[in-house]
Amino acid sequence: MKIQLNGASHDTEHPDLAALVAAQGHEGGEVATAIDGLFVPRQNRSQSPLNEGCAVEIVAPMEGG
Amino acid sequence: MDSIKGPSSKKLSLYGSEFESRFLIGSAQHPSPAILLDAIVASRAGIVTVSLRREAGKNSGKDGAGQQFWSLIQQSGARLLPNTAGCKTVKEAVNTAHMARELFDTPWIKLEVIGEDDTLQPDVFGLVEAARILCAEGFQVFPYTTDDLVVADKLLAAGCEVLMPWGSPIGSGRGLNNPFALRALRAHFPDTTLVVDAGIGLPSQAAQAMELGYDAILLNTAVAKAGDPVAMARAFAQAIEAGRLAFQAGAIEARDMAAPSTPVLGSPFWHGEHEQ
Repeated sequence: MKIQLNGASHDTEHPDLAALVAAQGHEGGEVATAIDGLFVPRQNRSQSPLNEGCAVEIVAPMEGG
Repeated sequence: MDSIKGPSSKKLSLYGSEFESRFLIGSAQHPSPAILLDAIVASRAGIVTVSLRREAGKNSGKDGAGQQFWSLIQQSGARLLPNTAGCKTVKEAVNTAHMARELFDTPWIKLEVIGEDDTLQPDVFGLVEAARILCAEGFQVFPYTTDDLVVADKLLAAGCEVLMPWGSPIGSGRGLNNPFALRALRAHFPDTTLVVDAGIGLPSQAAQAMELGYDAILLNTAVAKAGDPVAMARAFAQAIEAGRLAFQAGAIEARDMAAPSTPVLGSPFWHGEHEQ
């Protein structure tokens, strides 16, 4: 299915957010996540299915003012 | 006797945590990671602001920027204050705050809800609503706001214990655009911790805010974009300390006419009336 991953079109067959995060090579605690603009806590990722066209955000620490 | 909170405190108090330094420094825009770390050390700041960004997958060949920064910033030993920079709606800000809380493992959030792109002026209506939601969810909110008294009152009613009014637009270096309003805010909320956030370009401007009785200064660009960021961080540290000391010392009132500082009675060639 096609989803939006960090603002770009992305093909994935992973059924849930935890699988997608792992497939991207991230350790679970290194990133924070959201689907369709709503925060998904780390412990809920495996119960959060990915649906056609959904918008996934995977974010990490960065510099800020 | 000094209270723990508020402008007469010896230490900066933020949601129950105390800090020797009254300087909060931003971590963005520095020329290199090494200079960022050196600038933090030179600033003596106990608090560093951080943010979130989209992280490329590790299989993409562009991975690891987030973890590299995370490792670096932990070396500073500073307390981290994540922000919601770039958020323009309540929903974005609230969800970004949740992601920051999980990632940085802190209830602290510098809440930004931007309402206008040219000035990066806060959307104060969205700010108050987001603050109310986040305070109810256990966050300790540091709202980036204007110098508006009524908005400040509503942010306090929402549960904020710290207010961070702008001096002038973010990154502008214009200093305190409206010292009158900042003075009024200080006078109106004598027991609230007030931090001037944004717009400070020079150490003298930081000192001016501290002389007004502000509790701390948050700045980023003025250090990061200076010719020598480490030296500028040190200069700001000294100015903030000097401004605080001046506030505590009690300044004289300005006056229109001269008032001689040297006693004139009996001085040579005195032009006053002669003693009989």
